[in-house]
Amino acid sequence: MADVFKPRDWSSHPAYLSPDYKSTALRSPTKPLIPLTQSLSEITGPVYGQESVGPLDADLTKNGAGTGEPLGERIIVTGQVLDEDGRPVPDTLIEVWQANAAGRYVHAADQHDAPLDPNFFGGGRCATNAEGWYAFRTIKPGAYPWGNHLNAWRPNHIHFSLFGPSFATRLITQMYFPSDPLLELDPIFLATPEGARDRLVADFSMESTEAGIALGYRFDIVLRGRNETPMDS
Amino acid sequence: MTKKQTPSQTIGPFFAYGLTPEQYDYNLNSVAMPQLTGENQEGTAIRIEGQVFDGEGAAVGDAMIEIWQADTAGRYAHPSDNRGSNTGFKGFGRVGTGTDPEQRFFFETVKPGAVGQGQAPHINVIVFMRGMLNHAYTRIYFSDEAEANTTDPVLATVPAERRGTLIAERDTRKGTTVYRFDIHMQGPKETVFFDL
Ligand SMILES: [Fe+2]
Repeated sequence: MADVFKPRDWSSHPAYLSPDYKSTALRSPTKPLIPLTQSLSEITGPVYGQESVGPLDADLTKNGAGTGEPLGERIIVTGQVLDEDGRPVPDTLIEVWQANAAGRYVHAADQHDAPLDPNFFGGGRCATNAEGWYAFRTIKPGAYPWGNHLNAWRPNHIHFSLFGPSFATRLITQMYFPSDPLLELDPIFLATPEGARDRLVADFSMESTEAGIALGYRFDIVLRGRNETPMDS
Repeated sequence: MTKKQTPSQTIGPFFAYGLTPEQYDYNLNSVAMPQLTGENQEGTAIRIEGQVFDGEGAAVGDAMIEIWQADTAGRYAHPSDNRGSNTGFKGFGRVGTGTDPEQRFFFETVKPGAVGQGQAPHINVIVFMRGMLNHAYTRIYFSDEAEANTTDPVLATVPAERRGTLIAERDTRKGTTVYRFDIHMQGPKETVFFDL
């Protein structure tokens, strides 16, 4: 008997249609989602862990370096991936991508007039260990403007993608930085229910700061937990 | 110890170099590709292709689609499927809609077997894109499985007039079986999305 997963907690996630984030208007489903009873199709999912992480993947200060080092403030991002019952999620892949220190993505479609860094790529990955802990090293990303409204700027953020143990636990989210004045102006962050927003903001962490090297930030991630009642098959 | 779920946020427009780098020619290996099949893969090779349309009917060029499926025998490559996967088929694919001139996505895979009695063969799908704050789950069923589709327990929960949005249309092109599966975010043909 395999466990099924707790539902997506809609008091934690943004609504599909969030009018202040303009592009949700034409891209959000208008009909209610149809409830689906979980079966093997949902409680299984792709298995990706430590074996998917290459030698430099978890060091974004090195994996795009050409002849020199990337510009900007070196940081370490670390945290624990747990489920709703506080159980660690072991050996699961985390994929990250972000802008460089100037707020520019290497993506070909990024038109922001800020410099690319020849020594920074901005994409990487790491995996959790047996206790659910992960860490990667990078450069603190810069803010960047976007076209949502006049003078709109995204707060500093790192994009995260996680699998967890099943197709049902899939999560894509963004990690923000503490005390960023842009947070209270950002329609994407603000689309999140008020009581859930602080879960998207990392804590500055002296404990994970490496002396003389890099500032530490702690960002724990909580995926869907398991139901007590197993799947009836 | 009860914890609260980390909120979802949009994938945004710039995921390609992080999540689908090989497809978009960035200098990083991809963990998942639009091609799911290796050499001598057991099963019937198929191609799935389609477009994602927004509420104005415009094809979306910055969506990412993921699929998760059983192998030809209906087995998932995952420890919770304790019957064992017989063909060494991982069954996970990922594609962005930004490398095709018509913003099409495609997968090269094998047709899955039925996972359990009474179930129709299907592929599990997640849709991500800029402008979506949460991913959306849907399923691909097959037009040449009309009989199995009538008994499928999930299709049965979908209002009859909307079931067609989940059924990929079979075609044959140069000897290859191609299933067409378009995703409509809104409008009269709005795809059925599931809460699971
Ligand atoms: Fe971003």
